[in-house]
Amino acid sequence: MTVFYACAVLGALGLIFGLALNYAGKKFAVETDERVSRVRECLGGANCGACGYAGCDAFAEAVVKGEAKVNGCAPAGEKGAKAIAEIMGVETAASERLVARVLCQGANGVAKERYVYDGYKSCAVAAGIAGGPKECRFACIGLGDCMAHCSFGAIKMQDGLCVIDEDVCRGCGTCVANCPRGVIKLLPASQKVMVKCRNSDVAREARRVCMHACIGCGLCRKNCPSDAITVENGFARIDPEKCINCGKCASVCPCQAIENLSASDADR
Amino acid sequence: MNNMNILLFFVDCVICNNFIFSRFLGCCPFLGVSSKVETAVSMGIAVTFVMTIASLFTWMVNTWVLVPLNLRFMETVSFILVIAALVQFIEMFLKKSSPSLYRALGIYLPLITTNCAVLGVATLNVKNAYNLLYSVLNGCFGGIGFLLAIALMAGVRERLESSKIPESMKGFPITLVTAGLMALAFMGFKGLV
Repeated sequence: MTVFYACAVLGALGLIFGLALNYAGKKFAVETDERVSRVRECLGGANCGACGYAGCDAFAEAVVKGEAKVNGCAPAGEKGAKAIAEIMGVETAASERLVARVLCQGANGVAKERYVYDGYKSCAVAAGIAGGPKECRFACIGLGDCMAHCSFGAIKMQDGLCVIDEDVCRGCGTCVANCPRGVIKLLPASQKVMVKCRNSDVAREARRVCMHACIGCGLCRKNCPSDAITVENGFARIDPEKCINCGKCASVCPCQAIENLSASDADR
Repeated sequence: MNNMNILLFFVDCVICNNFIFSRFLGCCPFLGVSSKVETAVSMGIAVTFVMTIASLFTWMVNTWVLVPLNLRFMETVSFILVIAALVQFIEMFLKKSSPSLYRALGIYLPLITTNCAVLGVATLNVKNAYNLLYSVLNGCFGGIGFLLAIALMAGVRERLESSKIPESMKGFPITLVTAGLMALAFMGFKGLV
């Protein structure tokens, strides 16, 4: 008899709870826009936060609500933006693909060392100790804060410099935000020539601390056929709008501070 | 006098007989989600919430169904059923009525279904023959004890992150040692009430 009661009670409890949940499921049903999940699938999925929202889910919701732009997710790239635009039924302006680039060539042996750093492996910590382990106060510290924050594994450390794999980089800008030296910049992928130095010290000082420092001599500016180069604050900079990627500046630079990626591609 | 008893009961549940440090119930979420103070506190609040309501419902099932029908041996299985259904219901209810709270609790809410502290509080209520008020209070205070334990643990673990730990002790070993030392410290409160 007890067995019968036991079965009956458990069965009845299960049935009651089942019915109650069924009723509750209908009563408390929340209508979700199926576009949110479809937009979510087009995104980078790293929750990097570069869009300014709390994560990919929050961004997808904002897109569907019309608060965020369809091309607001940098990691998703142009392809993702197009897919999202299709879901939302809007046009998207083609945006140039950006990649992160390290504007420093101060590898070990190239830039002078100030002291041997053996502390906690963090650029932010090292930067606060007597101006950082390298003499140049603008140089990449090379302890990998950017690498630790990259959600896509595009950054590795080599000879005390971070090296970004441009094929893997999605241009989210997380590394830019986490570099205590501000030595990483987002540049258009089509821009092949760049000044890889941001040292604004006077020429002698800059030359003392690094073999490849830009000394602001202006030779590149004089030789530029398209007036794309300006020298300000002691270092040259190239305007990607005007630059025609001829690479003349890189060949005349006395300090090899300018790098021409298309030339190094050819070398390979 | 009654108020005094409740106060003593509070101290007893939260400090002397802490669910984690002296009863060793609910250790899985205690170790699993205690790496950040923020998430640990969310988890603690969610557990407190569910434990309180589960105490109420399991007391009702026990007193009005199981005891009259002489089915005391069915305690565990029916309590599990009640807790699972209850958590599911709470999740639906929150999703509808308070999306912000639902998002804050997030994944922790369904995880609580399998938290043995919730089943533990239900069984303890029956074992100690608490009345309705004390059952609910036991659930609520027990949850607060859990909240205290997990928040303390998360604070310690956040500091462990940046300290030099020998290679072999990194990760779970040091966490377990920390938990053991905290439990030892809480043992000192035994006999306070």
